[in-house]
Amino acid sequence: MTYEVVGITVLWLFLYGYLIVASVDFGAGFFSYYSKKTKKDHIIHGVIQRYLSPVWEVTNVFLVFFFIGIVGFFPDTAYYYGTALLIPGSVAIILLAIRGSYYAFATYGAEESDFFSFLYGATGLLIPASLTTVLTISEGGYITVENGSVQLLYGELFGSLYSWGVVVLAIVSVLFISAAFLTYYASRAKDFNALELLRKYALFWSFPSIIMGIVVFFLLGQRNEEHFMGMVDLWWMFAISFIAFLGAVYLIWKRKMYGTAFILVMVQYFAAFFAYGASHLPYLLYPYLTIYDGFTNETMAISLIAAFVGGFLLLIPSLYLLMRLFLFDADYVEGKK
Amino acid sequence: MFDNDPVLLSRILTYLTLGFHAIFATIGVGIPLMIAIAEWMGIKRNDPHYTLMARRWARGFVVSVAVGVVTGTAIGLQLSLLWPNFMQAAGHTIGLPMFMEVFAFFFEAIFLGIYLYTWDRFKTKMRHFLLLIPVVIGATASAFFITTVNAFMNVPQGFEVVQGVITNVNPLEAMFNPATPTKISHVIIICYLTSAFILGMIAAVKILQGNKSVYHKKALHLTMVSAAVFAVATALIGDLSGKYLHEYQPEKLAAAEWHFETEEEAPLILGGVLTEDNEVKYALEIPYALSILAGFSPDTEVTGLNDFDEDVLPPLFVHYFFDLMVFIGMYLAFVSVLFAVINWSGRWNAFNKPLLIMIAAGGPLSLIAMESGWIFTEVGRQPWILNGFMRTSEAATTSDHVGLMLILFAILYTVLGVTFVFVLRKMFKRNPVEREMRKRGITNYEV
Ligand code: HDD
Ligand code: HEM
Ligand code: HEM
Repeated sequence: MTYEVVGITVLWLFLYGYLIVASVDFGAGFFSYYSKKTKKDHIIHGVIQRYLSPVWEVTNVFLVFFFIGIVGFFPDTAYYYGTALLIPGSVAIILLAIRGSYYAFATYGAEESDFFSFLYGATGLLIPASLTTVLTISEGGYITVENGSVQLLYGELFGSLYSWGVVVLAIVSVLFISAAFLTYYASRAKDFNALELLRKYALFWSFPSIIMGIVVFFLLGQRNEEHFMGMVDLWWMFAISFIAFLGAVYLIWKRKMYGTAFILVMVQYFAAFFAYGASHLPYLLYPYLTIYDGFTNETMAISLIAAFVGGFLLLIPSLYLLMRLFLFDADYVEGKK
Repeated sequence: MFDNDPVLLSRILTYLTLGFHAIFATIGVGIPLMIAIAEWMGIKRNDPHYTLMARRWARGFVVSVAVGVVTGTAIGLQLSLLWPNFMQAAGHTIGLPMFMEVFAFFFEAIFLGIYLYTWDRFKTKMRHFLLLIPVVIGATASAFFITTVNAFMNVPQGFEVVQGVITNVNPLEAMFNPATPTKISHVIIICYLTSAFILGMIAAVKILQGNKSVYHKKALHLTMVSAAVFAVATALIGDLSGKYLHEYQPEKLAAAEWHFETEEEAPLILGGVLTEDNEVKYALEIPYALSILAGFSPDTEVTGLNDFDEDVLPPLFVHYFFDLMVFIGMYLAFVSVLFAVINWSGRWNAFNKPLLIMIAAGGPLSLIAMESGWIFTEVGRQPWILNGFMRTSEAATTSDHVGLMLILFAILYTVLGVTFVFVLRKMFKRNPVEREMRKRGITNYEV
């Protein structure tokens, strides 16, 4: 493997990590708002709060890791994406800022208010929508580069079926991943009322998420044929993804092994996300930037990889401790601690 | 109004975001240490008041961390959005410390989450205290790494530019440049100093309001003794920063001091105004002091502004920010040492009204000093973003929409700032310390 591929793989792994943990968090915000509106919040509120409170900051760091890391490994992305994404990027920052701070305000500070929980629910759906813009424009055709000046074509972005398809896919995936995780968490907490409700949410959102996945797959064919052919070559990974999906839905349907079901959901997204990413290579931004011409110098690459390995060795035990205390400690999960 | 100049607008927006973030960043680095000191005292003296102090400080701290995290995420992204050319160059040279900073955050975030939710979950109190050590280390390490980036901007090294292409990069040399030692130590120590004064201010205000609980006296004592140590260290390190400037950025020092003629036995100029033809009026002059600040002895020759190319000089108003920072630094040292000495000698009452008022003023003043220090060092580097290599004007985005973003972010920070204060007040009003002591069965007595 070349340094370029190691670099992008590391970053992609962290983006995948963000996809999972942030989806759980974003979806939880929506469910908590929705259940409040339908007066069912007493059922699932406890489950959501107990899981989210200790981990929300960790979720955010996954994202920071990705965007600081990509500038380290591929400095040219700062130039292209930085210039093009001023507006969508700023909108995403503002939404993230509102969400993060108001969550903390509501949880640690003031008492529950409808307004805070509305912000928390709404931003949970808007943030994934705005972040996916990056993936959309990486397919090419949404940016022009003329005498050194990078411009984002807003008409093209808002008028294209593909970009709306990706937005919808992101939202339904967030809801599905989140519901699948919370179902598992509720089952560990032995909170059977919450479990019933969340299980229904998980089943409800499973089919839209798979349908949208397939729709976007074919919409991409019209946008970027080269990428599409690459994905078709990796058909077996999408097949794994699909089988994992079926397994997960089956288990949840049969009220069995919710933990395994959630792992299958993770496999489903892992396979699809990596197949999508691998077939996108070598382009970071089609057709302007590949991982080879945007790469940092070799010394920096080696030191970044060394720092990554060192940092990872530090993080693994810490993350393990966090999970042991809050995810796998039965007493804590059941609310006895 | 600004003719839609993306460079100017990007500068203002960066100023706004960093200036706002810096408040939360500074207390975010300092407060974990103060919490650790309080919890440690609680364990060692078996005194529940200190443990309660740690608990209450931690509770307020989480809310400020939240704002620190989201505004930090904002600058992290904004650097790429507003300064794409700078980040392109920076990625090649200082990607390493930025990357390591994220690990430091990660580490801190994990243990902070654990610390906050495990107050009564361990068998021994010591074990819970130990969880705080990674938080303190993580916070300080993140300040360390990000400040090396800022140091690099002042003395870029560890790379070569061959025909416009950056080659021969040495990331460690870039990180550990001549600006690094003084900058890092100055930044970290002022984080501790500012945090101690902010917490001290809260205790002082409570006592001024007539609250006689021993809890606040202990809090004031703990914060002021710590502050005295930090304040003296700040002044010493600040002095070394001056010597660094003399060596490596003489134009910044000269601008800070309105020093026009190159000479030995240079005086230090405090305050004053500058006339049209660069004459200093109404200023307080301390003979020899600038030479001593620059190089330990009155014989040190300090280069004057007249010897530099006018094209690369920073704006001269940085003088006021420098003075403000140094003046407040002296004030904080004076107040905290005075309190410590009076209290230690036991002859007078350290909790007298004038001294309490001075301590309370130290809270906001320390924040003003921190902001002034950053403005001085950042504006004093202009017109360069990478000193000697890249001008700020070459680094900015070319997008036409920065003005709109500036307005949006200004609204965002206003709303965040107001809600932050509102939430903190509500949080502590609803749960005053007397009530919490009663609830936890801690004896409260008045002194
Ligand atoms: C990455 C390193 C970095 C660090 C640690 C800081 N800054 Fe900085 N600062 C920049 C990177 C930077 C920058 C993005 O590179 C700017 C934009 C224009 C420039 O010259 O540098 C800048 C500009 C800039 C300006 C405007 C100067 C001008 O355009 O006239 C101010 C007032 C500050 N900063 C203040 C701060 C504060 C309050 C900080 C505390 C957190 C801070 N800086 C830390
Ligand atoms: C341009 C400079 C800076 C950048 C790019 C930056 C970046 C960031 C980012 C991305 C975060 C959020 C991290 C998270 O999600 O947990 C953050 C938070 C924080 N930053 Fe900054 N920062 C800068 C300047 C500073 C400085 C100068 C200091 C300290 C002296 C500092 C200290 C902190 C602290 C204490 C936090 C609080 C959140 C936490 O600890 O997790 N930052 N910063
Ligand atoms: C007491 C005497 C002080 C002296 C002599 C002093 C001196 C200096 C000098 C010379 C610099 C510029 C360093 C550079 O550009 O590389 C600086 C920067 C700075 N100062 Fe101070 N300082 C003092 C007190 C304080 C206090 C009390 C605070 C805040 C509470 C503070 C906050 C800062 C900050 C945030 C910077 C920018 C970071 C840096 O460049 O190190 N200073 N100081």
